[in-house]
Amino acid sequence: MKPAPENDPDDSPGVPGFRTWRGVYLFAFGCFLLVVIALTLFARFYA
Amino acid sequence: MSALDWFVLLGTMIGIAAYGTWRTRHTDSLNTYLKGNHSTKWGTIGISVMATQASTITYLSLPGQAYENGIAFIQNYFGLPLALILVCAVFLPIYRKLGVYTAYEYLGQRFDQKTRLLGAGLFLLQRGIQAGITIYAPAIILSTAFGWRLDLTIVFTGLLAIVYTVTGGSAAVNLTQKWQMGVIFGGMITAFVILLSKLPDNATHLAGVMGKLQAVDYTPDPKLRYTFWSGLLGGFFLSLSYFGTDQTQVQRYIGGAALREGRLGLMFNALFKIPMQFFIVLLGALLFVFYQFQPDTPLVFNQSAWQRQLSGPAGAEFRALEERHTVLHAAKQEKIRAWTVAEQSGDPAAEAAARVELAAAQKASDALRKQARDTLYAAAPEAKKTRDSDYVFITFILTQLPHGVIGLLVAVMFASALSSKAGELNALGTTSTIDLWRAFRPLAAHDEARNVRNAKWFTAFWGVFAIGFALYVSFAENLIEALNIIASVFYPPLLGVFLVAFFLRKVGGTAVFWAAVATQLLLLGLFYFGKDTVAYLWLNPIGCAACVGFALLIQSLLPARPSAAT
Repeated sequence: MKPAPENDPDDSPGVPGFRTWRGVYLFAFGCFLLVVIALTLFARFYA
Repeated sequence: MSALDWFVLLGTMIGIAAYGTWRTRHTDSLNTYLKGNHSTKWGTIGISVMATQASTITYLSLPGQAYENGIAFIQNYFGLPLALILVCAVFLPIYRKLGVYTAYEYLGQRFDQKTRLLGAGLFLLQRGIQAGITIYAPAIILSTAFGWRLDLTIVFTGLLAIVYTVTGGSAAVNLTQKWQMGVIFGGMITAFVILLSKLPDNATHLAGVMGKLQAVDYTPDPKLRYTFWSGLLGGFFLSLSYFGTDQTQVQRYIGGAALREGRLGLMFNALFKIPMQFFIVLLGALLFVFYQFQPDTPLVFNQSAWQRQLSGPAGAEFRALEERHTVLHAAKQEKIRAWTVAEQSGDPAAEAAARVELAAAQKASDALRKQARDTLYAAAPEAKKTRDSDYVFITFILTQLPHGVIGLLVAVMFASALSSKAGELNALGTTSTIDLWRAFRPLAAHDEARNVRNAKWFTAFWGVFAIGFALYVSFAENLIEALNIIASVFYPPLLGVFLVAFFLRKVGGTAVFWAAVATQLLLLGLFYFGKDTVAYLWLNPIGCAACVGFALLIQSLLPARPSAAT
């Protein structure tokens, strides 16, 4: 087993607009909330 | 299928398998064989994670399930993005830091050898069974629909996956999955567009009125299979187990050029998995609308079994059912027309009255379908091996799509079978090599060529095991649910062990080992005796909490540990 050199938990994700991984996770969580809200509205609209 | 369909089907399937085999034929490094190329980027990892999770059952059975019960199944995936965030933040950095080949190797370092073997054993047991279902599921449906021999379909699919997975290992799996997902996306989008072109303008509204678009149900009833709460909590634990502790998935993301690539690959799935599944269940709901307008909508979609009975000794009974179906279907179409007129008139009272009449017509139609299926199953018990809804999408493909596109859609079914099957074989071979063979023969760990050779033999063994399992075992439960039910019974103790490993440093190997054993017995008991009380998704949080609780309890009864290591 070879230990990998990189493992800083908050290293830069290298994604434009995001400086930390925490930001990426919050973005993913926000998108999830939006999807659930959209699906709820979708179900109500077509009920 | 025409010659063009066969050309498209065999060209894509054998072409992709041959390309994967040829490109990775010189894979002789253990690291590359088990983890894939060092240069693998997040896009490949993301696609590979998605392709491994979505088997043929996803593309074949899920539209049928939505046709039958609406799109509520989408809630099953609500816990997935949250679980992936946790895997990215906690699980993945630890796996990469330790440089392990398998998730269970970490258990050996954190606890002891017996806990590692328990983890690997639980994985091999449940994933070995699931590998059989993965290959059986598409084979039974496609062989029935096309009149192919079931055994030959199983053997052909299994052998094709074995050839390139054994040859190139993880590198071949990653490479072929990219192309297979291309075929899958292309085929599914083509089918969706053709379906849309055949629908009336108010199709979505009609699907909603007929109760097929109830995507989210906030009812807090544990007996209901699909609710927001069971999807969020049960789905979270199920996904955390699957993505965090199942080697089939761990193997897909622990390789790659850097930690960043694995994380972004998982975030790709966190963002796109629910929309992708929504697209598939919506396809099923719209298929339902499509068949409301067809004059020759089948009473039973497993037409090959149904036609045999029509021409058999009890044919009169089956013909009588068909005649009743023709009358009821025509009456329902009349109610749909009445509802459309009422809806366009803008009169809410008239619309509500028409909606009630339409619901009554649908109820009568559903009752007749159930009676027809029961009659079929009584006359031909072998038809029970699959659900009639599994044949909805394939019937649409065969009767409504042009030649060439039929071949492409059948290729979608085989591509998805091969991609998930290859991921499973790769993980089963790796776990057998690293956690069983090397654990018992530590001196052999330094012989790289021998390790690769053994990994290939183990991969081939599991491939043959899965083929044998698929040939000799039959499944009665809905196939997509069978996979989730098996996972919900066997995953929770495994996840509990990993959560204890990550978050409870004071708990040692002996306590967590016996906690996992006790939890497994508890879950088997709950599954067999509490089926009607607890929906299966709830077994995930219950089992996980029980394992953590048992571990703490047993640890408190044991003599204090000299030191707590991570």
